[in-house]
Amino acid sequence: MTIDEWLENALRDADRRELPSLRPLLEGLAKSTAALRAADWNLDLSGELPDTPPEHVR
Amino acid sequence: MFAEPAGGLGAPKSRSEEGGTLAELSRALHARSLSSEAVTERCLARIAEQDRSINAFITVLDNEARSQARAADHEIAAGRYRGPLHGVPISLKDLIDLRGTPTSAASRVRRGHVAARDAVVSARLRAAGAVFIGKTNLHEFALGTTNEDSAYGPVHHPLDHSRSPGGSSGGSAAAILAEMCYASIGSDTGGSIRIPSAACGLVGLKPAFGEIPIDGVVPLSSTLDHIGPLCRSVEDAAILHQMLAGNSNPAPITARELRGLRLGIPRRYFLALLDPEIAARFDEACTRLTTAGVMLDDVTIPHAADAPTIYMHVALPEAAAFHAHTLDTRPEEYTPNVRLRLEMARYILGEDYVRAMRGRDVLIREVSAALHGRDGLLLPTLPVPAVKIGAATVSVGASEEPVRAITLRQTQTFNITGHPAITMPCGRTPDGLPAGAQLVGMHTLDLLAVASAIEQVLDAS
Repeated sequence: MTIDEWLENALRDADRRELPSLRPLLEGLAKSTAALRAADWNLDLSGELPDTPPEHVR
Repeated sequence: MFAEPAGGLGAPKSRSEEGGTLAELSRALHARSLSSEAVTERCLARIAEQDRSINAFITVLDNEARSQARAADHEIAAGRYRGPLHGVPISLKDLIDLRGTPTSAASRVRRGHVAARDAVVSARLRAAGAVFIGKTNLHEFALGTTNEDSAYGPVHHPLDHSRSPGGSSGGSAAAILAEMCYASIGSDTGGSIRIPSAACGLVGLKPAFGEIPIDGVVPLSSTLDHIGPLCRSVEDAAILHQMLAGNSNPAPITARELRGLRLGIPRRYFLALLDPEIAARFDEACTRLTTAGVMLDDVTIPHAADAPTIYMHVALPEAAAFHAHTLDTRPEEYTPNVRLRLEMARYILGEDYVRAMRGRDVLIREVSAALHGRDGLLLPTLPVPAVKIGAATVSVGASEEPVRAITLRQTQTFNITGHPAITMPCGRTPDGLPAGAQLVGMHTLDLLAVASAIEQVLDAS
């Protein structure tokens, strides 16, 4: 699930639960989660797996 | 024995004053030049005089404290001295169980709760003969750094009632500063011992992760929660730490030789966003340390700027797991801000928690690498002086920063990594508000030995 999809679902759910005050918090959380997913320690399976993890992950 | 009431912005209290620190009181009680009963009565009188305006306590244990103090005096007189906490009035943050008393966690959600047994740390303090004077106010469920969101109302800074003493262990810090007790036991998940200790000019120790049992303590985040002391000196912190860790016969900490100590300054990130007066006090302390023969050099923790997002994605889901049932069944019993943060936490995905835990491993390695070959890392504890109650943001130089983010900025990294960290007083701003310096190490007892060496140099301004 992309961040945009996640945020859209979360906002819709917060509205359904009558928690409109959650909206700015969720928008802030989305930015934080985007930063987390962009961090250089994350490994994914879209390319060749490295023989060894990067130095700072070991 | 006591300084004058701390109702205004007075000069820093001298730690050499008789009875000023827990250790000094302890020696006087052992020598029977003071009685626990008299000291306890003075603390209770301070609470009666001051706490209507400070609001540090949720529960005051008048009768129990008097009874414990009398028992301590009788035992000491009979030659049955239990050790350095015997007869010393202390308080507990009100998320630590003490048998027969409520553990409110500053929340209406906990209304009606009475602890059936002591938390492990309470039992250890009880066995050591401590006098439990009361349970202190906190940010509800420890989920905040200002103490404003409490079912019992905000805690006010004893030096300036318009300001927060910091949090979440704000009642603990305010109670010590206002001389209502000699020490307090708090919890620290992102800085909740060190932040209020720094804001109130005290010593606050977050031991290494897992050193102190958390059984019987209302959790916030099980992989980040730490228990530790707030007090007036490194010597006090060492006594309390060893007692909390289960050592009933604590050895005195031998201060390291100042000359030749090697401390790393993690300048990038940790010195990048500071109130100018906090920065000035820290720079002055560094100059004094260098003059005393301490070697300071810059170190880098490459992923330090990622700490807030890692922290958020670990702490919040763990908190949400504890609160899911009561959020679903009694949401109106939370204070609005705390409820919203917990509800937000429920939207964090499992895959992002895992990413954060991987980032945590990176930070652990980087902090350990920064400590390699050094006796500690030194940095300001809190980037700003005590903040105004009700403020959402605070000015830091030319920028306006959210209070929550700026107050957690210097401390949360070491909850993520689990390294022990201690804050010590580091002078005051021209307005008389305290600044703190934080020392981080690999092992708590080694950290305390270094802290003991630099404590007086840090606060010489």
